[in-house]
Amino acid sequence: MGSRKVSRRRFVASTTALSAVAIAAPFVRGAYAAGKLSVGFWDHWVPNANGATEKLIKEWGEKEKVDVQIDFITSQGNKLLLTTAAEAQAKSGHDILAQNTFLPARNAELLVPMNDVMDQLIKDNGKVNATVEYLGKVGGKWLGVPATVGSQIKGPCSRIDLLKKHAGIDIQAMYPAGAEPKADAWTLDAFLKAAEACHKGGNPFGIGLGTTSDNVDTIGAIFHAFGAVMVDAKGDIVIKNDQVRQALDFYKKLMAFLPADVAAWDDASNNKFLVSGQASMIMNPPSAWAVAKRDAPQVAEQCWTHGFPSGPKGRYAPFLPFFWCTWNFSKNQSAAKSLMLYLSQASSAEKMVVASGGYDLPSFEKLTTFKVWAEEGPPKGTLYHYPNPYNHQTLSVAAAPAPHKIAEQIYNQGIQTQMAVRYFKGEPLEKTLDWASGELEGFMRN
Amino acid sequence: MADVAAPSSMSLSGDRRSSLHKLMQRKSTIAFLMALPLILLIFVLVAYPAGYAIYLSTLNKSMTKFVGFGNFEFLFKRATFWDIVFQSCLFAITAVIFKALIGFMVAHFVHNIPSKGQRKWRGMLLVPWVIPPAMSTLAWLWLFDPSYSAFNWIFHQFGLGSISWLGETNWARFSVILVNIWAGAPFFMIMYLAALKSVPEQLYEAASIDGATWWQRIWYVTLPMMRNIIAITALFSTIVTFANFDIVRVLTAGGPLTSTHLFATWAFKIGIESGDIPLGATVSLFMVPILAVGAAFILRDISKRGSES
Repeated sequence: MGSRKVSRRRFVASTTALSAVAIAAPFVRGAYAAGKLSVGFWDHWVPNANGATEKLIKEWGEKEKVDVQIDFITSQGNKLLLTTAAEAQAKSGHDILAQNTFLPARNAELLVPMNDVMDQLIKDNGKVNATVEYLGKVGGKWLGVPATVGSQIKGPCSRIDLLKKHAGIDIQAMYPAGAEPKADAWTLDAFLKAAEACHKGGNPFGIGLGTTSDNVDTIGAIFHAFGAVMVDAKGDIVIKNDQVRQALDFYKKLMAFLPADVAAWDDASNNKFLVSGQASMIMNPPSAWAVAKRDAPQVAEQCWTHGFPSGPKGRYAPFLPFFWCTWNFSKNQSAAKSLMLYLSQASSAEKMVVASGGYDLPSFEKLTTFKVWAEEGPPKGTLYHYPNPYNHQTLSVAAAPAPHKIAEQIYNQGIQTQMAVRYFKGEPLEKTLDWASGELEGFMRN
Repeated sequence: MADVAAPSSMSLSGDRRSSLHKLMQRKSTIAFLMALPLILLIFVLVAYPAGYAIYLSTLNKSMTKFVGFGNFEFLFKRATFWDIVFQSCLFAITAVIFKALIGFMVAHFVHNIPSKGQRKWRGMLLVPWVIPPAMSTLAWLWLFDPSYSAFNWIFHQFGLGSISWLGETNWARFSVILVNIWAGAPFFMIMYLAALKSVPEQLYEAASIDGATWWQRIWYVTLPMMRNIIAITALFSTIVTFANFDIVRVLTAGGPLTSTHLFATWAFKIGIESGDIPLGATVSLFMVPILAVGAAFILRDISKRGSES
């Protein structure tokens, strides 16, 4: 081994340099001293809506000295779903990934608890609705932060003129802009009569019965309105009950007044039906109205978004939240939480809602009265009741309160819509229930 | 010792070098090396995913426990699964038969076109096969659209009623099979055309001299000469058609109800959309042994005929 003699001059020079580095180190802040963060957010339908999110993230990144890489991932062709599945399998991916409805519960064991973030946000912004809690909190652990972007209520969007003409319903009087709903008479019976009248008038309701989300959400809310539960919270199959039978009877009557091909509808079919001017009502967030504003302004100016009809067990509307989630293999979890807190501030949420033209819905109760919903038009006030500002209806998700892993399969395989179509096509009710019961048994496996 | 050892080690390394040199000069080695990139690609893109799918199919739903053939046992008890088996068989068998018939007929028409204009026709007829199916199926979706079908519009012009192409079980099955035939028949056509061109003209001349009719020429000359190509094409198409995903996914997404689901679309539905990846993998693997046995028989038959000739 060779040895080297250290001279006095060399020793002094080295120790001086080391001391300088040690003293200066805590104050050195490079451009991105707090590291990197990658986020995968849902790619918005509404043109330029991503811009507001991107701007907010950049602001936060500059303030916190974090280098943020943003990917807006479309849900078209299930790309976001496939990305989520791939990242969960590979245990590698974005630090924050938008996951909707049942996905946080599916990936519960891989997600970082967000209780600290949610405690703070609930303190600042008020409580979240029971559906957000059902979908986002498992075993006392918050699996994500409910995202403003992409979260939506799929309530009725009606044609003011056609409902008045065919069914004699003044929907604006029932749901006046800037005031509480006066919708006591808006029941499932009234809804059915209106469906019949509009069908006879040549402008049927556009309610799909395929197995995609829009179709399942609508039937889910109507099942809730009847109190129709297929699998209870304990995971027991309870499908053979009178409420389920009533809900299916209702749907059988309703389907007679819907277009003949609704069993083949997907999530685009109802939008097209509204924009084409044929529908007097569809169940959708305001995206269909936004497209109509661009492509068929004469249709858009007659649209009014409002609440669901009430049933024997209450008034329910489908709420589909997105969550921002962080994987437990994320390398910058503290930065991820900081960004989620920043994006969930009231001021940030409002910017996102405005950019989406009122489409996006924050899940916190104090964030449902932004001006944009009162001002958007035409007609002005068309979105006033969209965020459920008076808690007039209970926000729900189809298949709840079943345990998540069962509910997810009921939802994604469209068991409720399939039951309705089978029964409508002439299958005896008990046979339909037997079929569904068999499917549910299959969902029980672990 | 050193003097003796040195030349011995040199000759050993020299032997090794020369045998390596010989190995590298062997045609089989060169062929292997040239095929190596493809072999690696197949391993990464086919063998590894297939092995991983087999592994997944042996896990429980939460992917924490080995269950062996438990997922297969579970599937065999599900009525919906047997519906999917029936639909996949109906789809694949009907589509392959019609693709083969149409391909055979069109190949004959094209074969009889004078060679000058033949290339143009061949190119045009291949278009459905060349367009990415997801894209061409979108165009079909607009033709069949539940509410705005272009076909129905034409029917209306003639005073006829609408057909719920994608809303009724039988029509929906008809529609997905039709699109598959449309997209796949050109493959049969081009394969059969190549086979037709390789049938020696003398055989037809001899048959004509013997007074063979058109049908007898087809039955006793054309078909026997094309037998191998027909078998290979049908086998290949059956495998691909059983594994079809894009046409059904775009056109009906498996609906109405689950009446047009195939193995691949159903596997996606329960594996990716509903979060039961092991069961999805099991569904996608169900046909593998059946198709493998079928393929083995057909290939054995072909090689037997090859050695006889």
